[in-house]
Amino acid sequence: MTVARSSSPASAPGFIRRFRLVGYSLIGIVAYFLLLAFMLNSTATAAQQVANALTLGAIYALVALGYTMVYGIIELINFAHGDVFMVGSFVALWTLTSDPIFNVVGLGQTGIVTNIALLAGILLLTFTVSMVLMAVLNMGIERFAYRPLRNAPKVAPLITAIGVSLILQNVIQIIVGTGDRPVPQLFPTDGFQFLGANIRYLNLFIFLVALVLLYGLQQFVSRTRLGRAMRATAQDQQAAQLMGVDLNQTIAMTFLIGGALAGAAGVFQGQYLGYVRFDLGFNAGLKAFTAAVLGGIGNLTGAALGGFLIAFLEVFAAANGQQRWSQAIVFVVLIVVLVFRPAGILGQQIGERA
Amino acid sequence: MTAETITSGAPGPAGQDGATGDVLLRLDDVHTYYGQIHALKGVTIEVNRGEVVTLIGANGAGKTTTLKTVCGLLHPRQGTVTFDGQDVSKTAAHNLVKAGIGHAPEGRRIFSRLTVLENLQMGGFTRPPEEIDEDVERIMTLFPRLKERTYQQGGTLSGGEQQMLAIGRAMMSRPRLLLLDEPSLGLAPILIQVVFETIKEINAAGTTILLVEQNALQALNIAHRGYVLQTGNVVLTGDAAELREDETVRKAYLGEI
Ligand SMILES: Nc1ncnc2c1ncn2[C@@H]1O[C@H](COP(=O)(O)OP(=O)(O)OP(=O)(O)O)[C@@H](O)[C@H]1O
Ligand SMILES: [Mg+2]
Repeated sequence: MTVARSSSPASAPGFIRRFRLVGYSLIGIVAYFLLLAFMLNSTATAAQQVANALTLGAIYALVALGYTMVYGIIELINFAHGDVFMVGSFVALWTLTSDPIFNVVGLGQTGIVTNIALLAGILLLTFTVSMVLMAVLNMGIERFAYRPLRNAPKVAPLITAIGVSLILQNVIQIIVGTGDRPVPQLFPTDGFQFLGANIRYLNLFIFLVALVLLYGLQQFVSRTRLGRAMRATAQDQQAAQLMGVDLNQTIAMTFLIGGALAGAAGVFQGQYLGYVRFDLGFNAGLKAFTAAVLGGIGNLTGAALGGFLIAFLEVFAAANGQQRWSQAIVFVVLIVVLVFRPAGILGQQIGERA
Repeated sequence: MTAETITSGAPGPAGQDGATGDVLLRLDDVHTYYGQIHALKGVTIEVNRGEVVTLIGANGAGKTTTLKTVCGLLHPRQGTVTFDGQDVSKTAAHNLVKAGIGHAPEGRRIFSRLTVLENLQMGGFTRPPEEIDEDVERIMTLFPRLKERTYQQGGTLSGGEQQMLAIGRAMMSRPRLLLLDEPSLGLAPILIQVVFETIKEINAAGTTILLVEQNALQALNIAHRGYVLQTGNVVLTGDAAELREDETVRKAYLGEI
């Protein structure tokens, strides 16, 4: 597992790389905005679309991190991860429609919570419940489905992951059925004016919370003792054990973090798209996995970058009335990128010395 | 098979910090398998506190397997490994690091995408975090080359530098027993000299060492005692000086005809 910068405060290249990435991202966003503004002939619509892309990208990025972290540490494409995200979105729904919140707090009448303190409280509770439960669920999946197969051929856990994915979908389907479930919308519809567009506070909220989570994860992995142990384990499990690293613990911690991030993304899903459904993990998972590969699987910064890139492509297609092509465009870009950079945008391009 | 002992009952060389015969590590009739492959066929080895003991033998003799069995990456199917009086035959590798076994494994196994500093910090994973900086400093004094490359990625070091890093990293856990698997492999003669000098220094500072080497002559020069392994068996054991003079050893491992 890699991060875009090294852990040392004194290592200048790390800082430069990070600022370069932020710089490129900003330039990319501005160019994207100009292109859209030109094509749609409206800066307001373009600004709105940029906001949409950043919000959607935040959700993809959080889910993509779960794929890339797990792949980085045990080389497993965890097909069940998109479904953990889906279960998280249902847990958020159930939390919001649970008795105390729905009736006592008054969500039942209005949905929208105008009292800031109350809104913050409800959000905090929802995030905590969803993130904790998904962390536990993800750790449970690793413990009971993948760990027993750790020394089996790679295809065994892969098939198991598909099985876990189906189990999660079916369980939710049995509980709630197949239809869309509307999620109470906590945020008011108003927002702030930006370049003529009305950007909802919800968009800003999702983007900022995601940034905080991404930054926190990045700091954890690059700067802390356990984060270092995770990176070491991702590179060489046996050598990490010889340093005194408990493999099971480290792998469990990876699933814990991935699950918590998927839980957070699940809360966003309900608030941003307004509904949840038993099978939304499939599509979200496919996109997030693609994002992870696009960014360079195993690379945390790459997964986040990939998530945003895919959202930008999708929104671009939709803004031009080509929504039905959006999937195709995403995969064409993936293929083109992989032709020129087989290890992904930020993936390790050179072979390693032994 | 019982190993032939050249000097029966001869006292081993006195250790730096312990009395002769104060056993730190003992393998007793150890059988280790890779699946169906019977790699160690009843190996019995003793390492006393303060000693440098070397394991020599041809390719595939089971030297690396012996070290892996000691450090807990492999477990014996039969026989026992005793470290510091405790039966550690079934103890997991990561717990043995805490117990005091450090290992610079075959092939160095540097974390190539961690910096030199981070590699050393990983070596101190089981140590109290507040003492790690001090230990890093200590290792960098021992290997000044590493200091110059503090923030360089491990994978970009030269082979010799990687070897120093591997030894330094293993030292970071402050092991009581240091396992070294072919530390001189692939190094230029002058660097080999440096590595062997360093091993002597580390031992003089009180660390017991079990050293695996192809470079049998050099190993016997710095070791107190040695064991000769052949296809999973100990075939010969004795004081290093006597092994150096032994005819079969000279023929088989010291390149004499
Ligand atoms: N992972 C493995 N799976 C199956 N057999 C193995 C494995 N590792 C080693 N062996 C076998 O076990 C025997 C001992 O190997 P080992 O690596 O201990 O030899 P060695 O003495 O260290 O040799 P070298 O000097 O070449 O490093 C060999 O016959 C080898 O083929
Ligand atoms: Mg070997």
